[in-house]
Amino acid sequence: MGSRGFAKSSLSDRLFDAVVYLYAAFVLVITLYPFLHVAAISLNDSIDTVRGGITIYPRKFTLKNYEVIFSYQHLGTGFRNSALRTLIGTALGVISSSMIAYTLSRKDFQGRRFVSVFLALTMYVSGGLIPFFLLIRELNMMNTFAVYILPGIVSAFNVFVVRSFIDGLPYALQESAKIDGANDFTIYWRIILPLTKPALATIALFVAVGHWNSWFDTYLFNSQAEHLTTLQYELMKVLQSTQSNVDYRARNMTEVMAQISPESVKMAITMVVTLPILFVYPFLQRYFVKGMTLGAVKS
Amino acid sequence: MEAATTKERKTETRYGRTGRFFRKALQNRWLYAMSLPFVVWVFVFSYLPLWGWMMAFQRYRPGRPFSEQEWVGLEHFRALFQDDLFYQALRNTLAMSLMGLVAGFVVPIFFALMLNEVRQMLFKRFVQTVSYLPHFVSWVVVAGIVTKMLSTEGGPVNDLLLWLGVIDQPYQFMAKGKLFWIIVTLADVWKETGWNAIIYLAAIAGIGPELYEAARVDGASRLQQMWHITLPGIRTTIVILLIMSIGHLISIGFEKQFLLGNNLVREYSQVLDLYALNYGLGMGRFSFGTAINIFNSVVSVILLFAANGIFKRVTRESIM
Repeated sequence: MGSRGFAKSSLSDRLFDAVVYLYAAFVLVITLYPFLHVAAISLNDSIDTVRGGITIYPRKFTLKNYEVIFSYQHLGTGFRNSALRTLIGTALGVISSSMIAYTLSRKDFQGRRFVSVFLALTMYVSGGLIPFFLLIRELNMMNTFAVYILPGIVSAFNVFVVRSFIDGLPYALQESAKIDGANDFTIYWRIILPLTKPALATIALFVAVGHWNSWFDTYLFNSQAEHLTTLQYELMKVLQSTQSNVDYRARNMTEVMAQISPESVKMAITMVVTLPILFVYPFLQRYFVKGMTLGAVKS
Repeated sequence: MEAATTKERKTETRYGRTGRFFRKALQNRWLYAMSLPFVVWVFVFSYLPLWGWMMAFQRYRPGRPFSEQEWVGLEHFRALFQDDLFYQALRNTLAMSLMGLVAGFVVPIFFALMLNEVRQMLFKRFVQTVSYLPHFVSWVVVAGIVTKMLSTEGGPVNDLLLWLGVIDQPYQFMAKGKLFWIIVTLADVWKETGWNAIIYLAAIAGIGPELYEAARVDGASRLQQMWHITLPGIRTTIVILLIMSIGHLISIGFEKQFLLGNNLVREYSQVLDLYALNYGLGMGRFSFGTAINIFNSVVSVILLFAANGIFKRVTRESIM
């Protein structure tokens, strides 16, 4: 782009550049400042924080806030359950989406049209919260770990992302395997699965983030079962507890808060919940950028 | 083999056709095995709840078999349409989805256009990577961050406004009902702008460089190039995404409203789904709550068909 040296690398262009960079800097600041602010408070002495004036670095550094929240036993349970549902849910989600996607990509599959319409409809029509709640209760899935995993295994959107990726692969690969006498499952397992890795990485990220971030199913179905709590749900309880709609269920955490100021506890837990994602997502960037574009084109 | 099947088809009777269906099905057995279990799965978790819609026409009491429930016709819908809270919830839903639609649409396009003009690749990539970050963070965390930023006790926004002299004492942002819609919309913009810009940036990358070169020869400024080349270059993408989001207009969910709202702003924060949660599920009025859910679903399907109709007119293609 260096050859823009025509007569018009003018004042207006330089002004334009200035506006562009100012805007980009503004986006950087408003995106990063809140996270740095939270991190600073979580690492700052709790009593000192109350004085106010903390910006993006701790004034009186301490790890006390983290020590205190880690002594809170529900957080450990929540962490375990969140990690577990993320692992299991992602594995099952990726396998199921890729399997259905493969069958849908096969032009000679009789059920292709039916299955694809059957799935697509779920993206637009849903029964709603209350019928779903009653279904889960009828299936005896209240207060079980299964409620985190089973309902969300098949996602139409993910199926279509993978299918459009498979459609882009040369069909000849499958045909040569067919001539060699491989059955359809072998073709899927040996040929399709390894070749669709980029698409699978994308949906794995979507599914994993969805699992890690969800709290509403805990709230709705498992709030009576303490051993099934999740990290986001614990954070939700803590964050809501001193807002005006006081949540009595957060009693345990309030005891913890008595030792240090609620502000510091909230920020420390927020960090614990957010950090895993912060570490993972930059490395997966090239996958999800591709996946987003694919999904949008096809669905 | 191909030729043989064609000849067969010509001389086939009805009976032979069924036979062929089963022979084909036998060939497809692995494909059936790989997809039918999931079809059953989807049926249970996505279609069975639709069957539960019948509850809205009954006086549903838990623990009784379906056949013994009392049918009440449209009673719940009548109650719903006479409830002032319903209209309030409908207003809130429509207001926040419209604001979300407009802001969630204009801002990412603007962001993509601006980012495209950043010439230093390293800086550009850094800004883009950072801009995705909030998308991956849960609404629980974002709600916590927003509350913290707007807090009256050392919240950075209040600190800044005090320092600038705009206000002389901390302003209670989270307690002002009239501000709630704006706060939700801005939180959404903060969270999703970078993510939603991905598609536009991809579309911009597909515009041919020769167009820009020609414009430069003609002496077009950078601003003119952005306006006359980049923006028209992504017009199709913009139209498609706009129409698609109209289809999802009313199904905005309730996470943000649940997490950011409080009793002080309830008049403005209660959307249809929350209304169903609070006045249906929360009070054990399952039938009434289902009626709310049905209303919500029916309106969104109508919007979807309308959007698809417009889409067909514009592009002669269907998104469904």
